[in-house]
Amino acid sequence: MIQINNLIKSFEETQVLKGISTIFEKGKTNLIIGQSGSGKTVFLKCVLGLFEATDGDIVFDNTSLKSMDLKTRALLRQDIGMVFQGSALFDSMTVEENIMFPMKMFTDADEDEIRDRANTAINRVNLIDANHKMPSEISGGMKKRVAIARAIIMNPKYLFCDEPNSGLDPRTAILIDNLIQEITQEYAITTVINTHDMNSVMEIGEKIVFLENGLKQWEGTNREIFKTDNEAVTKFVYSSEMFKKIREIYIKESN
Amino acid sequence: MKTLTHIGQYVLMIQKTFGKFTKWNVLKILIVREIDDLILGSLGIISFISFFVGGVVAIQTAINTDNPLLPGYLVGFATRQSIILEFAPTFISIIMAGKVGSFITSSLGTMRVTEQIDALEVMGVNTYNYLIFPKIAALTLYPFLISISMALGIFGGYLACISGGFSSHADFVEGLQLDFKTFHIVYAFIKTFLFAMLLATIPSYHGYFMKGGALDVGKASTTSFVWTSVAIIIANSIVTNLLLT
Ligand SMILES: Nc1ncnc2c1ncn2[C@@H]1O[C@H](COP(=O)(O)OP(=O)(O)O)[C@@H](O)[C@H]1O
Ligand SMILES: [Mg+2]
Repeated sequence: MIQINNLIKSFEETQVLKGISTIFEKGKTNLIIGQSGSGKTVFLKCVLGLFEATDGDIVFDNTSLKSMDLKTRALLRQDIGMVFQGSALFDSMTVEENIMFPMKMFTDADEDEIRDRANTAINRVNLIDANHKMPSEISGGMKKRVAIARAIIMNPKYLFCDEPNSGLDPRTAILIDNLIQEITQEYAITTVINTHDMNSVMEIGEKIVFLENGLKQWEGTNREIFKTDNEAVTKFVYSSEMFKKIREIYIKESN
Repeated sequence: MKTLTHIGQYVLMIQKTFGKFTKWNVLKILIVREIDDLILGSLGIISFISFFVGGVVAIQTAINTDNPLLPGYLVGFATRQSIILEFAPTFISIIMAGKVGSFITSSLGTMRVTEQIDALEVMGVNTYNYLIFPKIAALTLYPFLISISMALGIFGGYLACISGGFSSHADFVEGLQLDFKTFHIVYAFIKTFLFAMLLATIPSYHGYFMKGGALDVGKASTTSFVWTSVAIIIANSIVTNLLLT
């Protein structure tokens, strides 16, 4: 579980996050949604500790980030997996080396054991015949799978994904969404996903936090999002005709 | 004010580079790779330039000192002095600011834009040590490159003079051996080492802290080349004033 208390982040004069509070539960896919520029990435980077929050606090399973010394923070890092928007694979390493990297850096396990663990992760994300390829030689969808495998090899308690299906075709996007959800449930991970994709919201939105201009405008589940009258949310959700239809169906169903 | 901020950030970067060290097993592989890229990868161009510029320096000296009253050993002597004192350490370093420097800036800059540095950071890697230390370590071998440049420069000068009939073997060699001061070599290598550190760290700074997208990587490399050259020229005049006067 991760609890966010009144998170504020400013860059010099401009306030990007204006006081956000919410809770992300364990074993669930928690979604941060909102338009481009609404502050999703900055939010995620604050939670990860890549940006120092200007004010507010982040509590990881009862331990507040503020109260942690540098050592504890370093240890926390090893409980965190992250999938970046562009996958952020190390382009000087093969797929297998990428996935093995965190274990090589932070454990004393020998090469064989690390390779075993990597192969378990590789199988888990259905990567076939890619071990010895370079990142530049594989497709966007495969890169995402490699990034997910690298993120889970250390058995993280927390998994963060920044727009995990941006740049993917709709079918691959759904496969990746489902993969992340399955892994989240299987290993009881607290997963936080940034997205602006309404398909992801429908598929895996177990908890949704809607951001606009650095403020939380609404939160709820993917069922509830079709019932809310919140203006900011409806503007975002019903920008496409398809979702207007879905809303009608939902309302009919519930009558 | 902005310059001061940059200098402060640069100093902090160096400090963090020598902070928490990466596992030796991982680090040694990175160092070997940087030696391959930065040092061995520069051997060809440095040899080529040194040999031919050495030749031109010797010919120019010979042509401009053809007064029969001047001693015959002058060409060898002047060639040796200019190559050891300035051409090899300083001139070659400016060229390296272009070659090695922009390579460092663009590779770190690319890692920054594609969030690879963030990915390392999230894992808890000391990215300064992991990315910058191997470059510094590799460039401690830079004096070795410069020695080769000195040797080939002088050899090029010798061949040019002999084959062009500007000087005799005996005169040239006499010039080379004349008034040899060990301290000049020491001076040249102090400079070389200092330039090596500038070559490793200034381009790293420009790459590591770069902002923006792919297009900015190219801009950052250019800026990095300019500042590295400026720093080398300034360091050169300071060291020369301190050590030789
Ligand atoms: N490092 C930074 N410095 C200054 N402003 C930033 C920085 N990163 C993001 N911002 C600003 O914060 C806002 C939110 O950006 P971001 O979190 O990337 O949006 P999203 O991920 O929702 O598309 C944008 O207006 C952006 O310009
Ligand atoms: Mg974003």
